[in-house]
Amino acid sequence: MTSLRPKTLLAALALSASGMALADSTLLNVSYDVAREFYKDYNAAFIAHYKKAKGQDIRIDQSHAGSSAQARAVNDGLAADVVTMNTSTDVQFLADNGVVAKDWARRFPHDAAPTTSTMLFLVRHGNPKGIEDWDDLIKPGVQVIVVNPKTGGNGRYAYLAAWGAVLDKGGSAAQAAEFVGKLYRNVPVLAKGGRDATATFLQRNQGDVLITFESEVLAIDREFGAGKVDVVYPSVSVVAENPVAVVERTVARKGTAELAKAYLDYLYSDEAQEIAARHAIRPRSEAVLKKYARTFKPIRLFTVAQYFGSLTEAQKVHFNDGGQFDKLYLPGKP
Amino acid sequence: MSTERLVAAAPAGRRASRRVLPGFGLTLGYTLFYLGIIVLIPLSALIFKSFALSGEQFWRAISAPRVLASYRLTFGASFLAALVNLVFGLLIAWVLVRYRFPGKKIVDALVDLPFALPTAVAGISLTALLAGNGWVGQILEPMGIVLAFRPAGIVIALIFIGLPFVVRTVQPVLEDAEKELEEAATCLGATRWQTFTRVILPTITPALLTGFALAFARAVGEYGSVIFIAGNMPMVSEITPLIIIGKLEQYDYAGATAVALVMLVISFALLLLINALQAWQRRHAGAPA
Repeated sequence: MTSLRPKTLLAALALSASGMALADSTLLNVSYDVAREFYKDYNAAFIAHYKKAKGQDIRIDQSHAGSSAQARAVNDGLAADVVTMNTSTDVQFLADNGVVAKDWARRFPHDAAPTTSTMLFLVRHGNPKGIEDWDDLIKPGVQVIVVNPKTGGNGRYAYLAAWGAVLDKGGSAAQAAEFVGKLYRNVPVLAKGGRDATATFLQRNQGDVLITFESEVLAIDREFGAGKVDVVYPSVSVVAENPVAVVERTVARKGTAELAKAYLDYLYSDEAQEIAARHAIRPRSEAVLKKYARTFKPIRLFTVAQYFGSLTEAQKVHFNDGGQFDKLYLPGKP
Repeated sequence: MSTERLVAAAPAGRRASRRVLPGFGLTLGYTLFYLGIIVLIPLSALIFKSFALSGEQFWRAISAPRVLASYRLTFGASFLAALVNLVFGLLIAWVLVRYRFPGKKIVDALVDLPFALPTAVAGISLTALLAGNGWVGQILEPMGIVLAFRPAGIVIALIFIGLPFVVRTVQPVLEDAEKELEEAATCLGATRWQTFTRVILPTITPALLTGFALAFARAVGEYGSVIFIAGNMPMVSEITPLIIIGKLEQYDYAGATAVALVMLVISFALLLLINALQAWQRRHAGAPA
């Protein structure tokens, strides 16, 4: 038995070494729910691109779930090489725990967000309630379907869009608070996540207007047939950034740092930006944006940084327990 | 089962039962070790996580009005659902044991479906059914009965997932119950009702209580099926598991575990209470008149 030991050890070492060599060409992209289709197309494009550039075959695995749940999984040890999220607080959380670089936002152009989206209104076909802008949402009798900002990034952006819309018109913080309070009093069902909200609005026929990501519109048309809902572009809305980062902890161990960086860099290429545009995710490239002007109607946009400092700041002030949202939202009281 | 209990209750039986299975020390040691790994260590991790909070923070996390409202809803709805299952689960078990009818095997299998179904599927289908445009909802809502996106919807979802627990615990006991006792009662002039309350019910009460406790415990921890039908309005239809998820979404691990700990303690206390009730009932029923 004992004489066998060194041999077994060697064999195990050889095996694990070959395993490492294999792992070098495999990336795990941990991402949020609705980006599944986009990254499926993007991965195919990147694999072809990498083969042409470096002559190396690679494999990319995808993992999708709620953005924050994914960030927690990566923090707890899920061996992601890259994270591609829909809220920067999720990446910041990983940075605070030393899983991604502290200066992750400066590692890639545009604050490490190769794509964005924005919050729009979806109304029932023909817009029976005549909803045109933010002010229409607080009219009595209008029911708004929106995601709970405590449980979904979609809901946080909707809240910030509504709040910022008031500030953008020159309103004060107090006026914004009043407006948002009124808005949530028109909410009959608080959805847990984006897809949940869509189902509530379209399958259960609840509410008159759904506030959701622009990128959801395409998915809804595909799922429920075009023409069931109309899209309303409010006068102003928020830029929702989709931040990306290399997971330093994993790439250091697997030796995939270069590949991971190449993977994220390529998101800024024209080809990748076009794939994003086809999935109704706003590209950063002006040229591609213009080309897809039919999908992305021009709309006045403000960034989170403009009115809230940062998403992390907004989270603290508005969404954490005891924050603005808790104060404004007194359900059960008409 | 009833005969076993009689043996166990006899004074000589207790000593004898040790000899039935050899290796008491080994098996008990194994039991404690296994339970420790599977149950106690994960739960103690929960407790340690909540130690990150100071006493005052802990108290604030578990006693916020929203959180208190969610306890009331979660435990209240679970209790109500378990109560409904107690009555109707007994009825179903009774029919399955005492009558023969075509398709009995299928009905028997149907009972287990809520066990096997992913809870999210259950929640989505119940919501589709009960919402204003669903098959049932469109009939009920014009009559002013709104079930979906209300606490009532939560109770319905919890009844659905809890049903098998009562049926499956009561069924074998009913099957074992000796028909001769009932026949004897009838011969001695008892009415059907008297036979039921004096002969059958005492036999099956421990099983009923167990079924109730299981259905209740399951309902308290239920998340998937409830989340779609609840409407999730804070203070109104927000269950405690959702509060925990909400805290995790803001990376408040400690706050989440604090609330989880409260649920754990309340659930454990309630289960102990039900167990004590069972033991008490067994003593009373077991004592021959």
